[in-house]
Amino acid sequence: MIPVAFDYQRPTTVDEAVAALAGGGEDAKVLAGGQSLIPVLRLRLSAPSVLVDLGGIEQLRGVREEGDALVIGAMTTHDEVAGSPLVRRFAPLLATMAATIGDRQVRHRGTLGGSLSHADPAADLPAAAAALEARYVLAGPTGRRVVPAAGFALGLFTTALAEDEVLVEVQVPKLEGWGSHYEKFHRVVQAWAIVGVAAMVRREDGAIGSARVTLTNMGPTALRATALEQALAGCAADRAAIEEACAVAAEGTSPIDDLTASAEYRRHLVRVLAGRAVAAAAGV
Amino acid sequence: MSSTAKITVTVDGDQYIDTVEARTLLVHYLRETIGKVGTVIGCDTSNCGSCTVLMSTGDQPARSVKSCSVLAVQADGATITTVEGLAGPDGSLHPVQRAFHELHGLQCGFCTPGMIMSAVDLLRDNPDPTDEQIRDGLSGNLCRCTGYQNIVRAVRAAAGEGVAS
Amino acid sequence: MTVTDDREVGAARRRKEDARLITGRTRWTDNLTLPGLLHMAILRSPYASARIVSVDTSAALSRPNVVAAFSGADVADVQGSLPCAWPVTEDIVHPDRPPLAVDMVRHHGEAVAVVVARDRASAMDALEAIEVDYEPLTPVLDLEEALADGAILVHPDKGTNLSYTWVFDSAAAGTGTDVATVDAEVVIERRYVQQRLIPAFMEPRSVIVDPGAGDYTIWSSTQIPHILRVFYALITGVPEHKIRVIAPDVGGGFGGKLHVTPEELITFMAARRIGRPVKYTETRSETMLAGHHGRDMIQDVRLTARRDGTVTGMSVKLIANMGAYLGLVGPGTPILGAFMYNGIYKFAAYRFECNGVFTNTTLTDPYRGAGRPEATYAIERAMDELAVELGLDPIEVRRRNWIKKEEFPFTTVAGLVYDSGDYDAATDKALMLLGYDELRKEQEARRASGDPVQLGIGTSTYTEMCGLAPSRILGALRYAAGGWETASVRVLPTGKVEVVTGVSPHGQGHETAWSQIVADELGVAFDDVEVLHGDTRTSHKGLDTYGSRSLAVGGIALVEACRKVRDKARTVAAHMLECSPDDLEFTGGAFRVRGTPDAAKTVADAAFAVFAAHDLPDGIEPTLDADATFDPETFSFPHGTHLCAVEVDTQTGHVSIRKYVAVDDVGKVINPTIVEGQVHGGVAQGIAQALHEEAVYDESGTLVTGSFVDYTPPTAADLPDIVTDRTETPATTHPLGVKGVGEAGTIASTPAVVNAIVDALRPYGISDVPMPCTPERVWRAIRAVGTETEGGRS
Repeated sequence: MIPVAFDYQRPTTVDEAVAALAGGGEDAKVLAGGQSLIPVLRLRLSAPSVLVDLGGIEQLRGVREEGDALVIGAMTTHDEVAGSPLVRRFAPLLATMAATIGDRQVRHRGTLGGSLSHADPAADLPAAAAALEARYVLAGPTGRRVVPAAGFALGLFTTALAEDEVLVEVQVPKLEGWGSHYEKFHRVVQAWAIVGVAAMVRREDGAIGSARVTLTNMGPTALRATALEQALAGCAADRAAIEEACAVAAEGTSPIDDLTASAEYRRHLVRVLAGRAVAAAAGV
Repeated sequence: MSSTAKITVTVDGDQYIDTVEARTLLVHYLRETIGKVGTVIGCDTSNCGSCTVLMSTGDQPARSVKSCSVLAVQADGATITTVEGLAGPDGSLHPVQRAFHELHGLQCGFCTPGMIMSAVDLLRDNPDPTDEQIRDGLSGNLCRCTGYQNIVRAVRAAAGEGVAS
Repeated sequence: MTVTDDREVGAARRRKEDARLITGRTRWTDNLTLPGLLHMAILRSPYASARIVSVDTSAALSRPNVVAAFSGADVADVQGSLPCAWPVTEDIVHPDRPPLAVDMVRHHGEAVAVVVARDRASAMDALEAIEVDYEPLTPVLDLEEALADGAILVHPDKGTNLSYTWVFDSAAAGTGTDVATVDAEVVIERRYVQQRLIPAFMEPRSVIVDPGAGDYTIWSSTQIPHILRVFYALITGVPEHKIRVIAPDVGGGFGGKLHVTPEELITFMAARRIGRPVKYTETRSETMLAGHHGRDMIQDVRLTARRDGTVTGMSVKLIANMGAYLGLVGPGTPILGAFMYNGIYKFAAYRFECNGVFTNTTLTDPYRGAGRPEATYAIERAMDELAVELGLDPIEVRRRNWIKKEEFPFTTVAGLVYDSGDYDAATDKALMLLGYDELRKEQEARRASGDPVQLGIGTSTYTEMCGLAPSRILGALRYAAGGWETASVRVLPTGKVEVVTGVSPHGQGHETAWSQIVADELGVAFDDVEVLHGDTRTSHKGLDTYGSRSLAVGGIALVEACRKVRDKARTVAAHMLECSPDDLEFTGGAFRVRGTPDAAKTVADAAFAVFAAHDLPDGIEPTLDADATFDPETFSFPHGTHLCAVEVDTQTGHVSIRKYVAVDDVGKVINPTIVEGQVHGGVAQGIAQALHEEAVYDESGTLVTGSFVDYTPPTAADLPDIVTDRTETPATTHPLGVKGVGEAGTIASTPAVVNAIVDALRPYGISDVPMPCTPERVWRAIRAVGTETEGGRS
């Protein structure tokens, strides 16, 4: 109910934040929106000795265009991402998926960077970023580096972020001419996804030219359903053909058995939901 | 670096300056330090929404937040409205409060402050919601008594009154 | 006889309770503070079964701001044992239940040690310094395993996990014939499992004990302040008149706050030892773990019938999970259902057996409906199964068996006398509101086209026994207390009325409904009535609120007290009007001389007259005040018909409610808005049992659904609007004609939803889906049959 005591820092620049993390050692944690971290602290599942609050760094918020990409600050809230005219136009899947996270109150505080850095396998945004082939800008003591979304999430709650690095912003390639759709299956509305399937489809000559399909909660990280993507390339844009292709939707996944669902059911759901997501994204 | 911090927070129109432990949750600060016991705690996993208040920081507009999932130190410089700050200075009820009363949108009343604050925020965002949008918009607030039906009616009635403030 | 004008009764009055609740000026127990208040935190067992080898609290004592720390061993000889007030059989196995575990822990979350500190954070921090040496043991968790030979015993010193076996046999009781001898052309034999549920009221429990100078004041988030006071006295040895219990604002209960808790006793001990007020407020995780759970039983049901659809008999055998200990009324909860398995039907042979069993889990105690939802589920599911077996419409098979309106009062095979009801009227109304025929057509069309989304319609025609309860029946059932209720009505000199009631509302709106009743009975304004409750100093007597009893029992006491007041006022008024009391009629809110209606005196006039006492008739004490205590002769039998239409996505197993209709008959209605609200909330909880909720323990006995992340009550987005309507068949056993409503929605709704799901899936060969009917379970039910019929292809 009440967290273990910790020291608190509120830097005003990214460099200050990096320095604070370096100074805090392995027991320092970043506080972004707090919607995942604070409940964990309250239950005393984690007891960091230092919290570095990024909330005072204004430059980490906002959505802007930079050439052929959108750049979204890591501290931009889910609500801001979902409502951003730029995101809705150039990366609508991201807006759609951000709008399904938790509930309104959570979306008012939870951040893009926080969600991506936390790397919960049941989270929606890592799957969105993977589908959009986003790139993450990380800031550390030696400067900045860019990591593609595919290489960022390494495992359960584990990312490529070093202990003294901060995710600063996310570059999302602008995409036009793609349809997209997210199927999120959960027990009650505010709950985490049992399984989620995000699909993006580009039509070509009346068929499916190419597709990107990412899966939530089918393994320790968000996954690209590569077997399905290959099966969909050149596939006819009708429900029967799509459903047939989706027979391989669960290939390469490693879902778990847990309280909310069995692995077997998850694999089945992915096949069904992929069919629905791809059909919707294809405008069928 | 310290385990305490001095914060300045405006709550229901009054400014408060306090030194708090960094680990103090905003909801505990409200309830125990400044005596705003109208905002309550219903769970410890950020699911129930009973602790919902409106919070604005900097020049951002006020949004509904779960005060159990905000640290008091994160509210430094913020403006907060709780259920105790909704009524007018003459005691007149906010239209959402009045609608909850007129349409029996509460039974035991424990979820009610959070539900009212979420509804106020929802209507500011969407002054004319459908029932489905109301139900979806209140998905962050659990109620065990009413089955939600009269709550939805109350929010619809308040919307009908043209409440967007 | 005086006829009271119904001006307020029946009106949709807004609630008096709301003013403080919508403005945050609330008095939840955790809101309250006292000078010098200390805070308590509890260390709980992580094991389902373990020997406590040692507990060392010394390190905790030296932590900052800590005032006290102690364990079960420190209080073993003073702490006593938590009560069970309903030992249902003479030979019931009733183990001791220490508030703080001493030698053994028997369920995950059992309290082991406490810290008391100046603030809550310091108390929680210091818990980590307590060292407990446990010797973990293997728990027994499965009900049937617990009963098997050689089972691990929860209480080894008792030699068994079987606490009791309670049997009712209509042949032996003389209320019917022997189930073994009746026609059994058709036999429906089914096993149903009532999953374990958590009441999950929104306000976590909280208790403050102020030891004063030996005169104790306790605030507790409880449904039963009066009963709690009695048990505090019995267990602590502090004299009852030195104990005051206050239930301030209480945020929901649903039976989940009908108990005497370890926490209430431990906080009392702490305050007594330290000599300062102590507060304990649980976290939600503690509520889930240590607050009692509900339901949790295996039901083996056997229904016999003739081919023409007439039910001839029913046998029920239950294995009911008591948990690790017996709760306050835990053993009796399934027994309350014993009288309801026959439902609204006329069959004449019935046998019921309940075996209460211990396991290493949190104890079970009442949760909304307490035995009757379980009973209604069994009979209403069985009736649907019978309908399918005979190729009859499920409504038709019920119609052939239910009690007809003209047959009331009707003595059932369980020995209860139903006073009134009209099952035909409620059902006809429900069918019309649902659009039954159109939906059946749509169902046909979807089946014919092989639509992956199938439609199902579920029926639940229920009655329930509430208004707990006639004291002599409680005595016959070995319940330790009675079932009367009390009211005091005091008319103040300025004509305002104070009502003291023995019920203890926690959301039901009694302040409003009681004001409506008094307004009509005494001819005063609704706003001139103040209803006092929940504080044993003010409400000196009562049996509190549960079992849908407040209006059906407490409301009658209130009416009787009002009529005593009115009789006294009549005598005074007659004296003031210089006529005989018989010349007066009470109409339009005043006593009027027949023939000269302008000659009138109100109860308020009489109140001032007795206050001044200048000129009272001989033999009249200068007061109008009156008490009444009402002990009901019988239970209250509301009834209704609920119909549920669902859509089942056969590809994912997802169920959505297309339409839900509830037609309930709660007799005369005092406040229709409040009644409707109770139905909404009750139905929501019943739907939640059908679709969403289950308390789950893993193989080690750890509660894995320990928060709202994993135990998922539905949100507004998960529930439909329900269509509600009523019929009104007044109760005949008391002057008010009311029947209870608090639990009816929950009792009715669960089988309506599950019957609908099964109905949707009948073409797939499915006859059951275990609750909660999550998408995965529905999907597996469909797959299982597919595997069987397609020779193993999956």
